[in-house]
Amino acid sequence: MSQFNEMYEGTSVRPPYARLKDWVATMPEELRSLKQAEAEALFRRIGITFAVYGEGGDPDRLIPFDMFPRVFSASEWSRLERGIKQRARALNAFLVDVYGRGEIIRAGRIPGRLVYQNEAYEKAVAGFVPPKGVYSHIVGVDIVRTGPDDFYVLEDNCRTPSGVSYMLESREIMMRMFPDLFRENRIEPVDTYSEKLRRTLSSVAPAKCKGEPTVVILTPGHFNSAYYEHSLLADLMGVELVEGQDLFVEGEYVYMRTTEGPQRVDVIYRRIDDAYLDPLCFRPDSMLGVPGLMDVYRSGGVSICSAPGAGVADDKAVYTYVPDMVRFYLGEEPILQNVPTWQCGKTEDLKHVLANLPDLVVKEVHGSGGYGMLVGPKCTRAEIEAFRAKIVEDPGNYIAQPTLALSTVPTFVEEGIAPRHVDLRPYCLVGERIELVPGGLTRVALKEGSLVVNSSQGGGVKDTWVLAE
Amino acid sequence: MRLTVDHVTRYRYDAPARSVVQSHRLMPSTFAGQKVIDWEVSVEGGTRGARHRDGAGDLIQGWTVAGPVSDVTVRVRGSVDTEDLAGVLRGHRETVAPDCYLRETFPTRIDVALAELAATATGADILSLSHALSAAVSDAIAYRPGVTHAHTTAAEALALGEGVCQDHAHALVACARSRGIPARYVSGYLFADAEGQAHEAAHAWAELFVPGLGWVGFDPANRCCPDARYIRLGSGFDAQDAAPIRGIARGGAGEAMDVTVAIQQAAQ
Repeated sequence: MSQFNEMYEGTSVRPPYARLKDWVATMPEELRSLKQAEAEALFRRIGITFAVYGEGGDPDRLIPFDMFPRVFSASEWSRLERGIKQRARALNAFLVDVYGRGEIIRAGRIPGRLVYQNEAYEKAVAGFVPPKGVYSHIVGVDIVRTGPDDFYVLEDNCRTPSGVSYMLESREIMMRMFPDLFRENRIEPVDTYSEKLRRTLSSVAPAKCKGEPTVVILTPGHFNSAYYEHSLLADLMGVELVEGQDLFVEGEYVYMRTTEGPQRVDVIYRRIDDAYLDPLCFRPDSMLGVPGLMDVYRSGGVSICSAPGAGVADDKAVYTYVPDMVRFYLGEEPILQNVPTWQCGKTEDLKHVLANLPDLVVKEVHGSGGYGMLVGPKCTRAEIEAFRAKIVEDPGNYIAQPTLALSTVPTFVEEGIAPRHVDLRPYCLVGERIELVPGGLTRVALKEGSLVVNSSQGGGVKDTWVLAE
Repeated sequence: MRLTVDHVTRYRYDAPARSVVQSHRLMPSTFAGQKVIDWEVSVEGGTRGARHRDGAGDLIQGWTVAGPVSDVTVRVRGSVDTEDLAGVLRGHRETVAPDCYLRETFPTRIDVALAELAATATGADILSLSHALSAAVSDAIAYRPGVTHAHTTAAEALALGEGVCQDHAHALVACARSRGIPARYVSGYLFADAEGQAHEAAHAWAELFVPGLGWVGFDPANRCCPDARYIRLGSGFDAQDAAPIRGIARGGAGEAMDVTVAIQQAAQ
């Protein structure tokens, strides 16, 4: 399988990486290992050790940082940006629709079963339109590349995508270690993210809120693997980081306990799942949420970001239909392609999947973190057969995709520099406006030949550059 | 029929709670079969909170009681004019898609016995199949208070062969869903007249979605469809989701609850 190397085209260097060629060439071996150790020390000192995307695993394990940046030209990015924003608009239109009249289902473009019987579909918010018609305020779109102009969306994350702290800290650390690089290259800044996030959240304050909205971040607590990120974002935005017990409902509003007495809260950027938000509406045994929150939310007293119920748009089975959403709601052709996906629940698709297992990647519909998946080309015959039995037992639980020849970016490895596979997660902000910070989180599979970039399976992170025109 | 309701729910805490928050589904539904004459819900010492109509058409009202509080009394009083529509929920406005109610929840989880029970029912169309399912549940689960509790599942009640209206409703909901009929749990009140077989004043039954008719109520506990003796409050996937009162006490301990419900026919 030929793999697209984002830096080298044969022996020539692709333009976005032109200046990095000398940087690497002139870097002495000792300096490299020194810098690598320095980077790791910085990450550890910051305390950013959590598993990306809630993948589980050891919460205190340091995720390897690779100093070799991943670079996009202005024109490459401009197309990605348009594609991502288009997708974020379509996903939000879909959410407003399926909690309203369900036109896309009535039109026969997506099966009602996939939506209405989906566990992520929240009946409790049916008929409710959140402020500005936005359900998913931070859309994390996972993208892979297979050629100069070939980008595919692997999945959408409409609930509370994590990992943005890696985007911010990777940049911070690179700038600290290699200030010259940032003088020589015109790199778009990513540190505007927190300001843009703050603006996005404020823009969806409920109508009942007068004046400057009070925004808080609701975290499950310090034992959560992404707690570092929650506190970083709260610091950068200058808002309070709260746990469920810090908030309470009184009358028609939600308040935060402060040393100066109760303060009304207008917008909650929650980093806890729907099921735990309010024991009076969802799981009655939840201690993480705020009792009565959903009643206040539904009556327009507070905004919740992402809106409860947003998860139905990023389900792996619903994913297949995102290009149809773009056509249906926006009347446009999708700029970014989906990876062709077979639904094992469909008889025809299942037949194809079972006949081609060694060439396919098979995933659980609700799985995440690279667990419970089969990467056909990397598996032994016995592993494939064992997985086949699982699929046959419960076909509806699996989807399959072709193994993509993921692009590679030069990466520092023990033997020197070698190409390693990467993916990308940019974070699209949706409020009154749609904004995308030029950059994102690049994950890299550090094992040679590995296509699994998940940190739980030996993945690392890189700084992602977008060059100015 | 004009029915009057006096429904008192009293919560007591051995150790006073810091605060109590409740969410009420205690307003009679708005549809052709019932008309509210007067209705009042009060919570002693409570602050009326946010209020909204949810996607299923239920009016939800929040309440908060500031602590320390060792006693919370919720009182519902009012009168409603009802009409017998043979169980049909005519003129009820809601936005939730019926297919949403095909989803299984913990208390309505289908097991082999429930699936077999559901399979015994036959009918030429969805309506007659629904009647058959309701009859099958009535036959399989005898009314007997005290053998089941709030967390008994449909499967457990069927295995026992006994239960109360909540168990009947859960079992019918589970059976209907297993036959591909959207079904939901309904909570409300039932007026038990002198000769009637009606058992429980705070009552529950099921609604099944019948194409052409819409939602139709079935009460397997009383082998009938809801008529003028019934007051409908709200619906949900199961008893917990449709509960007239959901509440939580922060910092309290040893909660005890007692309920009295009096439903009477008013002289008109």
